[in-house]
Amino acid sequence: MIPQPTSSVSGAYRAGREIVLDVRNLRIHYETPRGDVIAVNGISFQVYKGEIVGLVGESGCGKTTAAMGILQLVPSPGRILSGEILINGRNMLGLTEAELRERRWRELSLIPQGAMNSLNPVMRVRDQIGDAILTHEGAIPKDKLKARILELFSLVGLPPRVYDLYPHELSGGMKQRVCIAMAIVLNPPVIIADEPTSALDVVVQRVVAQTLLDVKERLGVSMIMIGHDMGLQAQMVDRVIVMYAGNIVEVTPVMPAFHNPLHPYTQLLIASIPSIKERKPLKITTGLTHDLRNPPPGCSFQLRCPHVMDICKRVPPAMIEREPDHWVACYLYGKEEQQG
Amino acid sequence: MRGLTKEYVIRRFLMFLLTIWLGATIIFIIPRLAPGDPVAAMISRMINQSGYIENSAQLIEAWRKKFGLDDPMYIQYLRYLWNMVRFDMGYSLSQFPQPVIATLRRGLPWTIGLLSVATILSFLFGNLIGALLGWRRTPKWLKRILPLSLSFTSIPFFMLGIILIYIFAFGLNWFPFSKGYSDSTPGLNLRFIVDVIYHGTLPAFAIVLTSMGGWALGMRGMMISIDSEDFLILAQAKGLPMRRIFTWYAVRNAVLPQFTALALSLGGIVGGSILVEYIFAYPGVGYQFYQAIVNLDYTVIQGIAFLLIMATSTAVLVIDLIYPLIDPRITYQKK
Repeated sequence: MIPQPTSSVSGAYRAGREIVLDVRNLRIHYETPRGDVIAVNGISFQVYKGEIVGLVGESGCGKTTAAMGILQLVPSPGRILSGEILINGRNMLGLTEAELRERRWRELSLIPQGAMNSLNPVMRVRDQIGDAILTHEGAIPKDKLKARILELFSLVGLPPRVYDLYPHELSGGMKQRVCIAMAIVLNPPVIIADEPTSALDVVVQRVVAQTLLDVKERLGVSMIMIGHDMGLQAQMVDRVIVMYAGNIVEVTPVMPAFHNPLHPYTQLLIASIPSIKERKPLKITTGLTHDLRNPPPGCSFQLRCPHVMDICKRVPPAMIEREPDHWVACYLYGKEEQQG
Repeated sequence: MRGLTKEYVIRRFLMFLLTIWLGATIIFIIPRLAPGDPVAAMISRMINQSGYIENSAQLIEAWRKKFGLDDPMYIQYLRYLWNMVRFDMGYSLSQFPQPVIATLRRGLPWTIGLLSVATILSFLFGNLIGALLGWRRTPKWLKRILPLSLSFTSIPFFMLGIILIYIFAFGLNWFPFSKGYSDSTPGLNLRFIVDVIYHGTLPAFAIVLTSMGGWALGMRGMMISIDSEDFLILAQAKGLPMRRIFTWYAVRNAVLPQFTALALSLGGIVGGSILVEYIFAYPGVGYQFYQAIVNLDYTVIQGIAFLLIMATSTAVLVIDLIYPLIDPRITYQKK
């Protein structure tokens, strides 16, 4: 069964075409003694105002590394080699430490993966949210600060008593909502949500997902949502970016991603979504991903692709717009070769 | 107080009494398992010292009666417990007829003064060094230098003590060789206090140098293990100043287990530090302990052992009661 995206969501991406986040040629390597692991291979994409973009792909495809790269929090030995990260036209890369610190959270915030360990266990919720406000806006009278945090709570559906609690006194869903409240406290234009519901049970997942959608609607914020839960992606996102082995292979509005996936990898990915109506064999297991240290020349998916051709093994394919807003990097849809 | 209930405090206090009772009982039993008669041993030591004692057999008899060694074991035991409750630990055997408690009372202020300051300083320095070593953003040059400060930990204390005395007392003549104070009269006057600090600096320095390495290694390990915690990444993404992340997010969490160890080592202070006090001839409990062992002064050894039990149990009791304040996840309230 393929979940049906709700109509209000699928139409939203056309509303504004104002680019909020523009990632250009982002390249991230993990440096190892036996050569660089190419985790993110010079990817480019845009996020428009008020939309949710889903970043999907299997484990190790570089989606989390790409998101951490945008936040400039790639764990060592990872390193951003090149690229530009423009938020409202201003590059976030190459800033000094102080400038970067100044702009963090104001312009780009994070809803972390699994809120279980994302909150400092020895600080009250109020102090952790207050931290972000006080750091970026200077001293604020205590009652004003409290009023502001309580307003956030009502926005994400948290009871006021959470204000004085410690993280261990909250349930998983409440912790995740605290994280959502924290992410929107400075009203940033872009939020990165790294598998925001992955550690929750399905019911709580839905509630948190709904909270995210409400927040997005109210604040008009743009989000990048990382995840491999395709059902959730179908429910929430406007566009889908599919990554494979550090490359973007397909960028598509959410409906065609499920009904008309173009790239052979996306097709396999969609076909492997477990159905609750029938049991079907897993298709995605054939072949192995190449060693990320030594990518073969040509298309990154050639070793696992069922439709592999001669040209795939020589030159990497370029992104082509096959249908309006539906981009794919595959020779099945034309012979354009990537430049450089 | 946060996280405490009346039942817990009462239960914990009863546990505290039970621990002390058990400890006291063990100290009572063990010497009695050893062969020999303490009074006979004492008399024979006196004979050794003075050559001859008249009517020694009657003297032994009389003293056995005086010390109640003729009574049945359970009466001895009950009397012993009653005495311990009143901190009456009997007479020192080697400095008879001085009471043990008087001996200890002389040594305790020196030991507690020296060791508590030294322990707290080494806790602070050690944890700071360990935190910096385990923190990824510590400047490289600092990370290269800091391990040098830990190399003292690997030098045995008796060597380091002698080296320090050689350099600072003999060579540079900055500090005195030994003793707790020199010619000033003990009392609460400035001259005496300065004198005590002057004498205490070298031993305290030696203790801090040798013991901070242990704290540092423990802290470094904790810092590394929390380094990849999500809340540190989130704190960075929030754009918090590095110093705030270091103190309130990293160190604040990493230091928690260190407090338990601190309580234990503070509790152990009253036993003195035999090596330190011996090398620096410091007039504390450790020095007395050493002399008691050399002179087979069982009552003093017993007294110090009892003091150790008391102090350690008290320290653990205190840390248990204040732990909910240090770590909010610890609570004795039932949800």
